[in-house]
Amino acid sequence: MRMNLEGTSLKREDIDSKRVLTTRFRSNAFYAWDTGRGIGRYLQGLKAGEIWGTHCDTCNRTVVPPRIFCERCMKNQVSWVKLQDTGIINTFSICYVNWDASRVEEPHLPAVIEIDGASQGHGILHVLDEVNPKDLKIGMKVKAVWKRPEERNADITDILYWKPY
Amino acid sequence: MSNSVAIVGVGYTPTRKLTPEVSYKEMIYEACVRAYHDANLASHRDIDGFISCAEDFLEGTSIFDEYTPDQLGGIQKPMHTISGDTLLGLATAVMNIRTGLQQLVVVEAHSKASNIKTLDAILHYATDPILTRPLHLNPHFIAGLEMQRFLDISKNTLEQCAEVVVKNKRNALKNDLSTYGTRLTTREVLSSEPTSTPLTQLQHAEPTDGAIVFVLASSKIAKKMNRTPVWIKGCGWISDAPSLETRDWNRCAYAALSAQMAYRQAGIRNPKKQIDFFEIDDTFSYKELEHLEALGIYETGKSGKALLQGALDPDGKTPTNVSGGSLGMGHVLEATGGFRTLEIVKQLRAEAGPRQLDKVKTGLAFSWRGLPTTSGVTMIYSQKGA
Ligand SMILES: [Zn+2]
Repeated sequence: MRMNLEGTSLKREDIDSKRVLTTRFRSNAFYAWDTGRGIGRYLQGLKAGEIWGTHCDTCNRTVVPPRIFCERCMKNQVSWVKLQDTGIINTFSICYVNWDASRVEEPHLPAVIEIDGASQGHGILHVLDEVNPKDLKIGMKVKAVWKRPEERNADITDILYWKPY
Repeated sequence: MSNSVAIVGVGYTPTRKLTPEVSYKEMIYEACVRAYHDANLASHRDIDGFISCAEDFLEGTSIFDEYTPDQLGGIQKPMHTISGDTLLGLATAVMNIRTGLQQLVVVEAHSKASNIKTLDAILHYATDPILTRPLHLNPHFIAGLEMQRFLDISKNTLEQCAEVVVKNKRNALKNDLSTYGTRLTTREVLSSEPTSTPLTQLQHAEPTDGAIVFVLASSKIAKKMNRTPVWIKGCGWISDAPSLETRDWNRCAYAALSAQMAYRQAGIRNPKKQIDFFEIDDTFSYKELEHLEALGIYETGKSGKALLQGALDPDGKTPTNVSGGSLGMGHVLEATGGFRTLEIVKQLRAEAGPRQLDKVKTGLAFSWRGLPTTSGVTMIYSQKGA
């Protein structure tokens, strides 16, 4: 599509033939974040096919992903709670745009899933599948579809996706 | 001055090379809880505003200021991030309080240097993408250039720079927070692996992990909160022309001018006499001498001799980096000026234990933003309020 913008547009050959000054570098920014005690134990749980949260004894609130301190009361009296691998959709979107702005045939379906066993409104971000996007609704009951145990890596992708049940 | 500002609480974690047992959030939380206890805070809900000192590229997260409220008890409160050293955050907190809109402000800084697998590459991205990066030089070369010129102009010597390392690592042995305390000789320092000459490996402070949190209060409430508030009498911050092509290699204007700004506010005319001790940037050995001279504590070329005569030792006339500095405690990225300030708070409260200085009332902290910058912040702290 031609856009009606002023200026001189560049073509690939302008760059390849060095008609314009360019500089290139490949980014070299690598990190290995310590997960710490809260997220570390959460990820270990995923490897075992379990979803763990923490309960703040002061606020009487169960959150997921778990944390070893409560950001509301700032205390660290928390206990670990094993949650269900089921939940309900808090919100979702049907995404048709790829990283390079091209269109995708099968839309991506990110959703916030309130996990059964956590306090109301507390859930995790993940993706949905095995569902016709047209049928998606807030409040829909979904359950986790896990990787096979030997394929799990203590990683958020140990859950492949969530599907209605 | 009725609008004085004081540090009424500080909390921290020890500086360590590796901290795999905690996430950065858990590390900050640990420092935060201690700071609030130290400030006798009834509740974190009483805090009016929060400032975190962090650089996205060092965190590996864009818009890092969205990741800071939870661990400080700062949710649903005013919060912003300064991408600079702790001292710049503290200066910002002073301004916030002086507006009269906030009484109680928290400043946080941390380093998870151990989590950055390509720290030198991140540093490289601070250099000019068109003029400098294509040359593919490890950015520490800039320290080599600076040191070469500094020694040539000032006539301080390599041995004197090595002695800075010997002193600071010796001082660190008396600091239970430090990681790099050791006994060395200047020969060992000079014969360690050459990096960017004249620098050798032992003249670099090592990237290290740690977190620090300060609670600052207006004069109205400071004395009620803490029996020994530490007053911020002056703060100055300066950025010079940073490009490698146009900067002034002959003088360290960012340190000199930031100090003058802070001295003006604090009413200091003779810093050497009026300030009892110094906690200043020593990211590289020569930086301590360069900064001392720029701050006006010694004339050009006189700091090295003073060092050899023991004037910079804990029992000398101008104790410098009694804490061990970054060479002894490790370089904690944006938290560096925070740990320099911590030592001053401890000394002024007479809580410095085996390294407690006699009769100290006023201390100076100075931070440099690090390679490749020409930016710095000077803070003057005092036992006495205005
Ligand atoms: Zn709570």
